[in-house]
Amino acid sequence: MGGLTKEYVLQRVLMWFLTIWIGVTLTFAIPRMGKGDPVSVIVSRMMQRQGYVENANEIIESYKRRFGLNDPIMVQYIRYLGNVVRFDYGYSLTRFPTPAGEIVRPALPWTLGLLIVASTLSFGVGVTVGALMGWRKTPAWLQNILPASLTFTSIPYFMFGILLIFVFAFWLKILPATGGYSRDVDPAFNWTFISDVLQHAILPLFSIVVTSMGGWALGMRGLMIGVNNEDYFLLAQAKGLSPTRVFFRYGIRNAILPALTAFALGLGGLISGSTLVEWIFAYPGTGYVLYRSITALDYSVMQNICNLMIIITATGVLALDLLNPLIDPRITFKKSAAS
Amino acid sequence: MAANEKILEVLDLHVQYFTPRGAVKAANAVNLYVKAGEIVGLVGESGCGKTTVAMAILQMVQPPGRIVKGEIRINGHNIVNLSEAELRKVRWRELALIPQGAMNSLNPVLRIREQMGDAIQAHEAISARDLKARVLSLLNDVGLPERVYNMYPHELSGGMKQRVCIAMAVALNPAIIIADEPTSALDVVVQRVVAQTLLDVKKRLGVSMIMIGHDMGLQAQMVDRVAVMYAGNMVEVGPVESIFAQPLHPYTQLLIESIPSIRERKPLKVTEGLTHDLRNPPTGCCFQFRCPRVEPRCLQAQPAMIEAGPEHLVSCIHYQAR
Amino acid sequence: MTVEETVDPKESPATRRVNVWDSPWLNTKFLVGGSIIVVVILFGLLGPFFWNTELAYTASSPTNLPPMWMAKGSPEHPLGTESNGRDMLASLIVGIPASLRVGVLAATLGMGIGVLLGSLAGYLGGWWDHVIRTISDSVLIIPSLAVLIAIASYVQFPDTTMLALVLAMFAWPGPTRLVRSQVLTLRERGYIRMALLSNVPPLEIMFVEMVPNMLPWLAASFTGNISGAILGATGLEALGLGPTRVPSLGMIINYAMTSSALVRGMVWWWLPPILALIIIFTGFFLMTVGLDEIANPRLRGYGNGGK
Repeated sequence: MGGLTKEYVLQRVLMWFLTIWIGVTLTFAIPRMGKGDPVSVIVSRMMQRQGYVENANEIIESYKRRFGLNDPIMVQYIRYLGNVVRFDYGYSLTRFPTPAGEIVRPALPWTLGLLIVASTLSFGVGVTVGALMGWRKTPAWLQNILPASLTFTSIPYFMFGILLIFVFAFWLKILPATGGYSRDVDPAFNWTFISDVLQHAILPLFSIVVTSMGGWALGMRGLMIGVNNEDYFLLAQAKGLSPTRVFFRYGIRNAILPALTAFALGLGGLISGSTLVEWIFAYPGTGYVLYRSITALDYSVMQNICNLMIIITATGVLALDLLNPLIDPRITFKKSAAS
Repeated sequence: MAANEKILEVLDLHVQYFTPRGAVKAANAVNLYVKAGEIVGLVGESGCGKTTVAMAILQMVQPPGRIVKGEIRINGHNIVNLSEAELRKVRWRELALIPQGAMNSLNPVLRIREQMGDAIQAHEAISARDLKARVLSLLNDVGLPERVYNMYPHELSGGMKQRVCIAMAVALNPAIIIADEPTSALDVVVQRVVAQTLLDVKKRLGVSMIMIGHDMGLQAQMVDRVAVMYAGNMVEVGPVESIFAQPLHPYTQLLIESIPSIRERKPLKVTEGLTHDLRNPPTGCCFQFRCPRVEPRCLQAQPAMIEAGPEHLVSCIHYQAR
Repeated sequence: MTVEETVDPKESPATRRVNVWDSPWLNTKFLVGGSIIVVVILFGLLGPFFWNTELAYTASSPTNLPPMWMAKGSPEHPLGTESNGRDMLASLIVGIPASLRVGVLAATLGMGIGVLLGSLAGYLGGWWDHVIRTISDSVLIIPSLAVLIAIASYVQFPDTTMLALVLAMFAWPGPTRLVRSQVLTLRERGYIRMALLSNVPPLEIMFVEMVPNMLPWLAASFTGNISGAILGATGLEALGLGPTRVPSLGMIINYAMTSSALVRGMVWWWLPPILALIIIFTGFFLMTVGLDEIANPRLRGYGNGGK
């Protein structure tokens, strides 16, 4: 009992498949609901650009072959799913004949790095702030200043990013405005490069963390207030435990479980938001590549990145789901008791 | 320790909850003491302030509640104005709690050994091996198997959880244990087992206890003295035999008459009714609205506690008149 | 049985609750947030009466004029103009209601679908419940921006209504979960069981007995969804994938960014749409938090996050 059961893991993995399947199916189905065939729309749009898109005819031919415009819709759908499974999005339209995947891949580490650091920081700081706000024993001065950290909560990340660029890069001129590293620094594993990368990462990180932590903080505050009234929390105090022990072992330890679930459900929003942040900061991740592919009408790269965002989100949720039974002994117990 | 020594004394305790619409007077001039090795029952209907008194004794009245006035003495030392750190030393060492509703009293995400170990480690420097032996022997004392040591609360039944709570309460051999309706959430058979466990442990350790409850029948079998509360006021205190043989306060009489009996079928005397708004108590006796024997002079002042027999006190004007 | 009614009627809790100023809906955050939104709506509604909205379109005005309080500014374009010859004030007057409309439309649709599916899941239980819950959980996870971009890469959204329809697909799982769990909790309550036993039609139970109980939760979810939809629409527009016929706040940001307004120091171009959106989001955020406190009284008046 407790821990990971085979049944639970299976169920979560199925959920992972289902989420990705629904996501990619939506992107396939909705454009085809309207009148007119989306692929021929693309093709005709490309025709118009024929003058300056190199290899336009080849591209259009490959597109027509790829999507089989005259095939029944189910055949098109199955072919599309097959391509998704094989991570095959065809050739980049702007850098034909480079496969879309090859353009996306170098951007992935930047995106994952930013996402992992930003989401960990945002959740960690948010949960701590919220837990302190919801705890009766928090010193009054702290109770008074903590709500100030929620000021930027309702602002979209990328808009806050624009404000940060304005203040710190253009006005105070203390941090670089855009990019992942300076042009005059060679990418290498040395301190110059690392510190340069870190400097460039500060503003993007800040725009995500400062605006997203408030959500977790508010949720955690509510959960902590709930835990404050639980019998076991009162009993822990009656046992004469030190306030910090009560706070961590009987407060945060319990309140964090639903907060983690909320975090998993908020991951999609976080990934959407950080995509836009990458665009604003011209950060060399997938978000920026996505923006460039949008302006260049590079459909295969766009498709690739959008599906990648769905997969990253679903995988993040799966990871949190699998972590959950390890810290909450009741989860797999309930499941097996219910079935 | 002399047999008559007062382990716990509650002197003129006033607790109020400060709500936006006025202060709720949850405990009014409550006086109570517990002698060494004694079990005192604290009874009354829900909302009468018995849990408030228990929480006040533990110094755990939750905001917006506050002890407005009064002393709580353990072995003669007042604990009302202790600092948080001093209080922590008193808690569990001197003053343990068996909580109401055992279902939620154990942290669902910690193993039993961690929760019991926490209580001991907070007060004693103890090696891991000794701690394990200690916890196992405590579990054994309350009749629980060794495997409970490594279990989570959701893997235990209600009765087992309550026995874990009992084991935890006696872990440091405290001067006094407050049991807040320790059997109320359990079904009847389990209630008996838990009550028996409680009595066994009590007998072996000679610990003093306050047992809160509304079940007069259960109280009759377990306690030495009974204290009856109504609307934040102590209305009658006395040895269990004399309370049951000769209840003096009209409210106590109603409580005792409401115990069902299979020998005789008696019409139910209604003890139901609305307690007055505790924010705004009437002048006069607190029981005036529901008392079958209310008369004009009852409305003048809350009657003082009158000694009616050895250790038997009552707060009723009708007794005063006699 | 006689229950004695000796309690002074003036002091009974029932009469006290009648006091209008005691209503839980008088939550400071909810009211402040609501006022902000009302002001924003009024700005969009009344603006066209005071200002020519035709100026929101390309080449209707001189280009790159700073606001009137800066040197070279002109009172004919009080908030200045941008590089394509649009008047900023007119753009805001047109853009603000456009953004609000998308949000409200998507959230309303999402709420409708959510109430329907949530009550189906809660009422019918079993297989229905399982399927609805699994799908809504999945959709809840999917990052909406990814799907929106993927769709926009094929079909240009012709107008905001189409965009709102697509955004509604991401606004229903929240209310569905909420309604489902509320139905499951409420149907265990005594008065609902009584209604069920006495053959009251399910729809009547749902809308007469249950919905009033969920109102604060539904309202919080609704305002939250409006923000979510506006956020999604704005993100898409800012990337240049929104409907291009109607000027929207996101579109202004897109033009400002693609024309390097930041580098060129044209604060009056990029800042107003951002400020407008921040005000809108703050309004809905305060409403949502306030409604949460109304729905869950324990969150109120506690620490300083309270009132």
